[in-house]
Amino acid sequence: MIDLLKNRVLILGLSLVVLGGCSATDTQPDEPADDQTMTEESTSETQSDSEAYSAEDGDGVSSEDMSAEERADQMRQEAEQKAMQAANTIYFDFDSADVRRESRSILEAHAAYLAADDSASVVLEGHTDERGSGEYNMALGERRAQSVARFLKVNDVSEDQIETVSYGEEKPAVDESNEDAWAQNRRVEINYE
Amino acid sequence: MAITPMRLSTILLGVVLCFLALTAQGQMVIRITEGAEKRMPLAVVPFGSTDGQGAPENLDEIIRNNLTMSGDFELLAPQRMLSLPSSGDDIHFRDWRVLGQQFVLVGEVDYRPDDDRYVLSYELFDVSQQKRILGSRASAAPSELRSLAHHVSDRIYKTITGIPGIFSTRLAFVTRTREEGDVVYQLQVSDVDGKRAQVLLRSSEPILSPDWSPDRRELTYVSFEGGRPGVYRQVIKSGERRRLTSFEGLNSAPAWSPDGDSLLVTLSKDGSAEVYRLPLDTLEPERLTHHSSINTEASWSPDGERFAFTSDRSGNPQVYIKDLDGGRAQRLTFEGSYNARPRFGPDGEEIFFLHRREGRYYLGAVELESGDERVFSASEMDEAPAISPNGRLAIYVTQARNGRNALELTTVDGNARFTLPVRHPGIRDPAWSPLN
Repeated sequence: MIDLLKNRVLILGLSLVVLGGCSATDTQPDEPADDQTMTEESTSETQSDSEAYSAEDGDGVSSEDMSAEERADQMRQEAEQKAMQAANTIYFDFDSADVRRESRSILEAHAAYLAADDSASVVLEGHTDERGSGEYNMALGERRAQSVARFLKVNDVSEDQIETVSYGEEKPAVDESNEDAWAQNRRVEINYE
Repeated sequence: MAITPMRLSTILLGVVLCFLALTAQGQMVIRITEGAEKRMPLAVVPFGSTDGQGAPENLDEIIRNNLTMSGDFELLAPQRMLSLPSSGDDIHFRDWRVLGQQFVLVGEVDYRPDDDRYVLSYELFDVSQQKRILGSRASAAPSELRSLAHHVSDRIYKTITGIPGIFSTRLAFVTRTREEGDVVYQLQVSDVDGKRAQVLLRSSEPILSPDWSPDRRELTYVSFEGGRPGVYRQVIKSGERRRLTSFEGLNSAPAWSPDGDSLLVTLSKDGSAEVYRLPLDTLEPERLTHHSSINTEASWSPDGERFAFTSDRSGNPQVYIKDLDGGRAQRLTFEGSYNARPRFGPDGEEIFFLHRREGRYYLGAVELESGDERVFSASEMDEAPAISPNGRLAIYVTQARNGRNALELTTVDGNARFTLPVRHPGIRDPAWSPLN
C-alpha cells in the first residue's frame, strides 16, 4: 500500500512533474473555508487557506477552526492521492510495452527516490485493455511491468527493490468498453510497499 | 491463402432464422442466429407416456435443443407436426414426407417405481427408407433426467452422422460479476447447454484459464488469490485442490497433456514469458521455448508430441508450432498482425485461433498440411474459442448489444451459429471437456 507519510517528499516532487508546477495544496478550492465564515467573527472577510493555518498558531482555537483545518488536511491528502495516482501510473499504446517519452520524467523521479532510499521498494503492476486473448494480455502486462522495471534499473534502482506482477486485462481502471477506457487501462501502476 | 470472412455477405444478405418458439414452461429454445445450408430435417415428436404423467423434465425439448445446437439438423417445431406418434407402429411416413422430414424420433417415457427411475424407450426412423435405424431404451434417476436426454441425443447424433455427439460433455468457465460493488470471480462447470452450473471456486481475485484433465475429473486454472498468480489443480467432485506453481512473475496458461501426466504452462521466472512443461509428479518446470519475446498460451497436439503457442517474436502476436523434444519453432499464421490463443482441433489437422483485423476479432483456423488460413466467424469482440471434442463446434464469448456477455457456438465450417439461451453474467474463458 501507499505510505503517504513516508512518500510525502516523493509525492510532492512528483506532483510538480505531473501537475506542471501546481502543487497539491494549491489545488484546494476555497469553498469549505468560506463555509466556516458563517460561524466566525466578522473580521474574516477574506477567508482563505492561510487563515486556517494562522488559526493553528493562534491562542483561542475554536472547534470550527479545527474542522476547517482537518477538512483542508483531508482535501490536501485527497489531492495528494490523486496526484500520487497520476504520478504512479504510466500508460501504453495498444499491444506495446514501450515507455512513452512523456512518461520518462515521472519514472526518473521514481528512480531518483528509490535510488536514494534502498529501504523503499515497489511493486510494478502491469495491465492491458480487455481486447484480445486473455493469456496473451497476461504476458503483455508482465512485459509492460518489466519494461518499467528495466527503466528503473538503468536509472540506478537495485533489482531487490522491484517486484513485477501482471493482472493482464483482469483489473481495468475503467470498467467500460470504449477507446478512452481502453487507453486508461493499458498501464503500469507503481505501488510502494 | 488469403483469409476471406467466410460467407460474410451471405450472412448479411441471407435469411436470419430465428426460432423463438416458447415452450409450455416459457423457456426459450436455442436460437439460430445465422442461416445454415445442408442441415438435415429431423422431427423429434413429443414423447408419449403410458401413465399419462411423463417426466418432470421435457426430454424431447432438450433433445431438440441439443440437435439444433449441433448445427447439423433442422428441427421441426412440434406445432407443425401432423400427427404425434409415440411408437414406430403409429408412424404414417406420408405425414413426415409431406413435411420434408428426413428422420423421425418417437418415444415413450414412464416412471418405474421399483427402482425410482424414468425409462425412455425411443426409436429413430429414416423416412425415405421407412426404416428403423435405432431403437433403444435408457433410464435415469429423477435427478439425472437431463443426462438421459443428453445420452439419447448423443446416440441419435452418432447414428446419423457417424461422429460422436458432444451433448454429454461439460463446460468449465469463469464468471466475473459485481456484488455490492466488489468484483467476484467464480470458477464454474455446467452442461454443454449451460444448464446445471456448479460453482467450484469463488474469489475476490482473478481466476482464469480453466482446462480439463483428460479424464474429466479435474481442472487446472490460474488463481490470483493472495495477490499473486499461481497454477492450481482441483478435483471437481471433492473440491480438493493444490497449488502447483508460484514462481516470480507469470504463472499462467496451463494446458493439460493428453496423457494426463504434465501441463504446459507459461512462466517468466527466467525473464521473458516462456512455455514450460511441468511434470505433475516432480513439479520441476522444463523450458521449451527460448526467445526473448512473449511465448505463451500453449496448446498440445492430440498426440502429445507438439504444441502450438502464441509468440510476438516477429513484432506482433502470431501462432507457432514446435516439437516437445526440441527443434525450431515454425510460424503458422501470416495473415494480419494479430493471431493468438491457438487451440488444436481434436484430429490434430487444424489449429483454431483468435484473429484481429481492422479492430475486430474473428475466429480463425489454419490447416497444418496446406497452411491454408480461414476465418469462420463474423462476430464482434470474440474472445478465445474452445473447440468441441468432436471437432465440429467452437464455443466463445461474445458481447451482446446490451453489453452483456453471451456464449455463442459456431460450426467450424461457419455454416451455422447459435447463441445459448442460458445466461451467466460476466462469463469468460470457456473450456470444453473431453468426451466421456
